[in-house]
Amino acid sequence: MSARDVFRSIIGIELDENSPYYAPKQRTLDVSHNVILYLDDITVSFDGFKALNKLNLMIDAGELRCIIGPNGAGKTTMMDVITGKTRPDSGSAFFGQTIDLTRLTEPEIAHIGIGRKFQKPTIFEQHSVFENLELAMTTDKRALKTLTAWLRDDDRDHIADTLRLIRLDGEANRPAGLLSHGQKQWLEIGMLLMQDPKLLLLDEPVAGMTDDETMRTAELFVSLVGKHSLVVVEHDMAFVKALGGKVTVLHEGSVLAEGDLDSVQNDQRVIEVYLGR
Amino acid sequence: MREPFIFRFLSALDARTRAGVSAFLALALIAVPLLHLLLPAGSPFHVSTYAITLVGKIMCYAIVAIAMGLIWGYGGILSLGHGIFFALGGYAFGMYLMRQIGRDGSYQSDLPDFMVFLDWKELPWFWQGSDSFLWAALLVVVVPAVVAFVFGYFAFRSRIKGVYFSIITQALTYAAMLLFFRNETGFGGNNGFTDFKRILGHSITSSEMRLVLFGLTAVVLALTFIFAKWLVSSKYGRVLTAIRDAESRVMFIGYNPLWFKLFIWTLSAVLCGVAGALYVPQVGIINPSEMSVANSIEIAIWVAVGGRGTLIGPIVGAFVVNLAKSWFTVSFPEYWLFFLGLLFIVVTLLLPRGLVGLWKTLRTAQGAKA
Repeated sequence: MSARDVFRSIIGIELDENSPYYAPKQRTLDVSHNVILYLDDITVSFDGFKALNKLNLMIDAGELRCIIGPNGAGKTTMMDVITGKTRPDSGSAFFGQTIDLTRLTEPEIAHIGIGRKFQKPTIFEQHSVFENLELAMTTDKRALKTLTAWLRDDDRDHIADTLRLIRLDGEANRPAGLLSHGQKQWLEIGMLLMQDPKLLLLDEPVAGMTDDETMRTAELFVSLVGKHSLVVVEHDMAFVKALGGKVTVLHEGSVLAEGDLDSVQNDQRVIEVYLGR
Repeated sequence: MREPFIFRFLSALDARTRAGVSAFLALALIAVPLLHLLLPAGSPFHVSTYAITLVGKIMCYAIVAIAMGLIWGYGGILSLGHGIFFALGGYAFGMYLMRQIGRDGSYQSDLPDFMVFLDWKELPWFWQGSDSFLWAALLVVVVPAVVAFVFGYFAFRSRIKGVYFSIITQALTYAAMLLFFRNETGFGGNNGFTDFKRILGHSITSSEMRLVLFGLTAVVLALTFIFAKWLVSSKYGRVLTAIRDAESRVMFIGYNPLWFKLFIWTLSAVLCGVAGALYVPQVGIINPSEMSVANSIEIAIWVAVGGRGTLIGPIVGAFVVNLAKSWFTVSFPEYWLFFLGLLFIVVTLLLPRGLVGLWKTLRTAQGAKA
């Protein structure tokens, strides 16, 4: 029996778990069942329209999952629920075994290790590529601490590793605004990686990239598998094929089919949804 | 291995800056005093009292310009009311100067003349301690800092940005000016403070005191410049410019813009306060017109003319505009404001990066030719 439990039994009240006076909840990620994300019966409706309708989804730790589906299938809403931007009307969302995502705010969710890349890359164009990664790096981000902040050797190594990973090691000192569109997308992914997220959510990461850049991005993502878990929303089937992971098809807010790309593409219901009835 | 803080501080300066700052200090602390004191007034190399006062005044403005350059050029926050912090620093030190007059005023009273005139019998509470130099020096820093911190906290927390922020700063300064115009406020009404006699018991009009104030202003200007250089090259400076360019993205990677903005805003106000305190004894007067709207807008014009996003730009701008002003107001007094307006339009339309930007462009063009 912990001291707090003794105290509670003496004063005879049950503390509200949501009260700020309650000791902070256990926020370490527990992936003991090898699952990093559970979405269970999630429903979200906007003015009666069900953007998500009893959605169930489970992502394994270290997995790369592609989410496809026609427009309006609920892909972006699903991302919004995971990152705390939208609260579900019902259902539960758990990060690992213990962390209830529906109770956390957006910055808290970013802090516990879920990183999201939006469709449009937003990088700091006036800063160099190196500085963009430096700013994103996980460290003490309070204003007064940044006055005397300095880069340790392992910080520099960390940035150099990321630069190599996103193939921008030759561009470290260039202003980020001068990069090509594809390079900007990579830099944005690099900034995400500097925050060392356990789970990466990537919304159409190859939009606007050349075929060559698309294939290189696929290589990059495949190399991240194992260290990170990735959820990729994408329309580009060649890219999805190159990623080679499990594919989930969303339709009208719930899962229509799940499996490898070939089996999904041959699924009669999926063909109907994509080609129209 | 972590190097000592002071090394990192100095390594923010490249060789050229170090040479420039050293040359400036040698000029201000050695050459000017010698040329003023040793050469006869008729000599072409004699530095006149007028010149010392004028340049000393402009150096105070240059400190204000750096303060404005930091928040506007690096933080993207345009204040059109920075005159208030300059004036608060000036008034805080002016109180001390008024007390130093002692019984030498027109009414031979222990109270400053304007209080006798208002028939006040004793010092108001906020004048307590104003006869102490150290207390005055403390107020010079603390009063602008507190006003800026409180105002900034509510403005930045409410995410007031851009032109709305500028308008509110202007309203703040205007309100303060109206307050200081009132005799009952206790700061000499529209006459303000003047007729100063002494600092620390020494005559304020002697050549030596003028040179000391001139040299002190030069040192403060140099230190402000070095400090600002270090600040913008630190990680803090990079986060600040990132907030200027894409605030929501900065929040998304975990920085809270509120404290970053509040720090630079308060620091900028303190620098203005110190500049105001150096300005008042050299010019010999402080009154509420320092808080007028036009004065605060002029500060922004110095920075725009010199070049935003650099630190040397605001200094250049403060010197160019004010030297032009002192020439114009003597030769064509009625056309100065027209000229100022024209200057602002020309710079905005043709020289978005100011004089420093123009110089850089010319140098690159020359380099390309050679």
